[in-house]
Amino acid sequence: MFEINTLLVGLLLVNFVLLGASRLDTGVRQVAAQGALLSLLTLAEHAGWGAPWRVWLLALGSGVVKAVVFPHFLRRALREADVRREIAPYVGFTASVLVGVAALAASLWLASRLPLPGPVASPLLVPVSLFTVLVGMFLLVSRRKALTQVVGYLVVENGVFCFGLALPEDAPLPVEVGILLDIFAAVFIMGIMIYQISREFDDIDTDRLTSLRDEAT
Amino acid sequence: MGAFLAGLGLIVSGGLASVLVGRRWRSRAAVAGIVAGSLCGLVAAGRALAGGTTPAMHVSWPVPYGSFSLAIDPLSALFLVALFVLAPLAAIYGGRYLEEEHDGRSIGGVWFFTSLLIAGIAVVLAARNGVLFLVAWEVMSVAAYFLVTFEHHRDEVREAGWTYLVATHLGTAFLLAMFLLMGRATGSLEFDAMRPGAVPPALAGLLFCLAVVGFGTKAGLVPFHVWLPEAHPAAPSHVSALMSGVMIKTGIYGLVRVLLLLPSPPAWWGWLLVGLGIVSGVGGVLFALAQHDLKRLLAYHSVENIGIITLGLGVGLLGVHAGMPLVALAGFAGALLHVLNHALFKGLLFLGAGAVAHAAGTRDLDHLGGLGKRMPWTAATFLIGSAAISGLPPLNGFVSEFLIYTGAFAAALTGRGAVLAAAAAAGAALALIGGLAVACFTKAFGAVFLGEARSRRAASAGEVAVAMRMPMAALAVACAAIGFGAPWVLASIAPVLGLLATAFGLPAPGPQIETLRAALTRVSLASLALLAAVAVAVLARRLLLRGRTVGTAPTWGCGYAAPTARMQYTASSFAQPLVDLFRPVLGTAASGTLPSGPFPARASFASATPDPADRRLYRPLFAGAAALFGRLRWVQQGRIQLYLLYLVATLLILLLWKVR
Repeated sequence: MFEINTLLVGLLLVNFVLLGASRLDTGVRQVAAQGALLSLLTLAEHAGWGAPWRVWLLALGSGVVKAVVFPHFLRRALREADVRREIAPYVGFTASVLVGVAALAASLWLASRLPLPGPVASPLLVPVSLFTVLVGMFLLVSRRKALTQVVGYLVVENGVFCFGLALPEDAPLPVEVGILLDIFAAVFIMGIMIYQISREFDDIDTDRLTSLRDEAT
Repeated sequence: MGAFLAGLGLIVSGGLASVLVGRRWRSRAAVAGIVAGSLCGLVAAGRALAGGTTPAMHVSWPVPYGSFSLAIDPLSALFLVALFVLAPLAAIYGGRYLEEEHDGRSIGGVWFFTSLLIAGIAVVLAARNGVLFLVAWEVMSVAAYFLVTFEHHRDEVREAGWTYLVATHLGTAFLLAMFLLMGRATGSLEFDAMRPGAVPPALAGLLFCLAVVGFGTKAGLVPFHVWLPEAHPAAPSHVSALMSGVMIKTGIYGLVRVLLLLPSPPAWWGWLLVGLGIVSGVGGVLFALAQHDLKRLLAYHSVENIGIITLGLGVGLLGVHAGMPLVALAGFAGALLHVLNHALFKGLLFLGAGAVAHAAGTRDLDHLGGLGKRMPWTAATFLIGSAAISGLPPLNGFVSEFLIYTGAFAAALTGRGAVLAAAAAAGAALALIGGLAVACFTKAFGAVFLGEARSRRAASAGEVAVAMRMPMAALAVACAAIGFGAPWVLASIAPVLGLLATAFGLPAPGPQIETLRAALTRVSLASLALLAAVAVAVLARRLLLRGRTVGTAPTWGCGYAAPTARMQYTASSFAQPLVDLFRPVLGTAASGTLPSGPFPARASFASATPDPADRRLYRPLFAGAAALFGRLRWVQQGRIQLYLLYLVATLLILLLWKVR
């Protein structure tokens, strides 16, 4: 259950599923799974069951927020906006998976070049976290639906969180909790925004927002 | 220094309190803070001006190269005196003015930013570190922006605020560059640690030019003055008084301070300042002559007076370069005294303009008239201010202009070549400015206070409250006091002149000050004689009229049976000959239909004088910049994905560049 490499490979696979999924529902489910995996990874990095109480607190807190609360918000937003699929993304799903492969290669290369302050629990940890960040960014750039934007944002955050685990002296608890609170607020606001956008434009396609741009005079 | 800091604390806490307390106490809290704080500041400044050295304050600050270095030397003290005299009077006036003009509106914000403006100016004047100076400079400028846009529901006020904000930030950009270069050349941003000798001459010239543009923008030198006639009329009147009376003087202060930090000035600096002074002085007064809005007219007069001050500084620098101590000191003394004088009479005039606008509901000269009978206090003090700003004896404006004339004449009599030419031009320009200013204020005073009312509102106007009259009376008394007590005033600014003489390598200024004092004593005696003559004339009139009946008739009645207010000279018609004479410079555009036939039915006339610096220089410049940046519009697609792509691409490129 606390095998680091297994968890990391799981994380990696989830990223590929995210890249290839057209159903928004799948995206939400996968990002929830990613949250759960990360919470286990936090424990695994700190000696499994015997981890100190503050690690448990962080792991449980982030697990509950990312695997239960966020998905709940997002599903509700989905239901209210009444959309199911990402239709005609800027980059197609097959192409996205291929981009994912390239991103994985790039992450592996980057990780080998990146100077790190100390030894890492697993050689896969840094490449997978970089890969997760890249996938999140790619989702942000290549998808149209506002909901996928939120998913992409969460994936980027998961990657950053994962990268934080690679550092020998983990960030102090208040910082981690602060970040968690930050994204909590962000997702909360985004959920409301999605609802407002869908009510205003009858759609949650973000390219409708171009009409808000300042026109040339 | 303790008194100065206590003063700052009182002013700022008064401003803070006025945001927090209930509506009825807002003005009182702020006014109390400003009055008490200004008194403390006046004590500190007075002590420094009296020759007592106040200990400098030096507290470290985590900002790179920054430190809280404050000190009050005689130069700072002179400007601080102007600030702390005008600020409490403007605040007392403003307390009443705001209550009456904006009873329902929240005025806490105005008071907060007024306090911040005053404190910001005070720190600018006392700062001895480049970073602290710039921070205080920005606090001052931004506070003034919020005051200018107080009535932001009006379009033209927002426009004015925008112009001001752009101008002040462009000016600050030049100052930032100047301080950076200066810090690099001298190795420190602490004013006390800067070694002028370390600056090579070419760099010194560049620094001087940056200072002239940066500080000139704040001071309102032509052609950097465009914000001034927009912003001053937009702000509440007591704020206009503060901005025009003190805030723009920080530009002059900065220029003098930087001159002290640079190596000995070459001749062209003096010529540049004389040239800018002449252009600003003559240009300012000419454009003032063509205005219809009373506060806009006053704003152009600020440009004119800044021109006179710059002219004085230029004459002083020429004297330094030519090795003529009397010329140098007369120029500097005139310029610095004019700073103080302008704060007094321009403050007075803006308060007067506010009183007129408040009572008559308009600032348009062609809708006013006849207010002298209904607002005798305002009229009398405005008349004193008008005479002072026109440089007429026996008031304070004459004293400082007299000193600059003395310097220019001394240079013209003993100098040769370029110095002679510059001095002669300065003297001639000063005379032209004075004459035009008299014409302009004759127009303004006549149109507002004399004759018959040109609108119903003006006809029913009444005198303003005591709290608004008293500050104007105090400023008028101060103008007269400096006029009559000129020798003593010169003696009291002697420490400033001593400071400048030491910095520019001149001999100790004792004998020159004695020469100038002797001249000013004769001026004061002549002024007293004039006063006595006027008193005798008034008494004689009383005596001659005693026991006779004095009839009163409508002004401009001319014996007609049914005179109307429209038969009077208007402000525009009064100024028309001069405006026509200078049409090539002014570019005044007139339109309308002339009356025709024996029974003319309809006729109209309108004239407008847009600022050529704005129209011919800045508008094309900014339009060009807008067109250029418009080509980058394709970057702005309005798609969130594209913006994110910019971010991601930047981050990835940075990452790859780092791990390469």
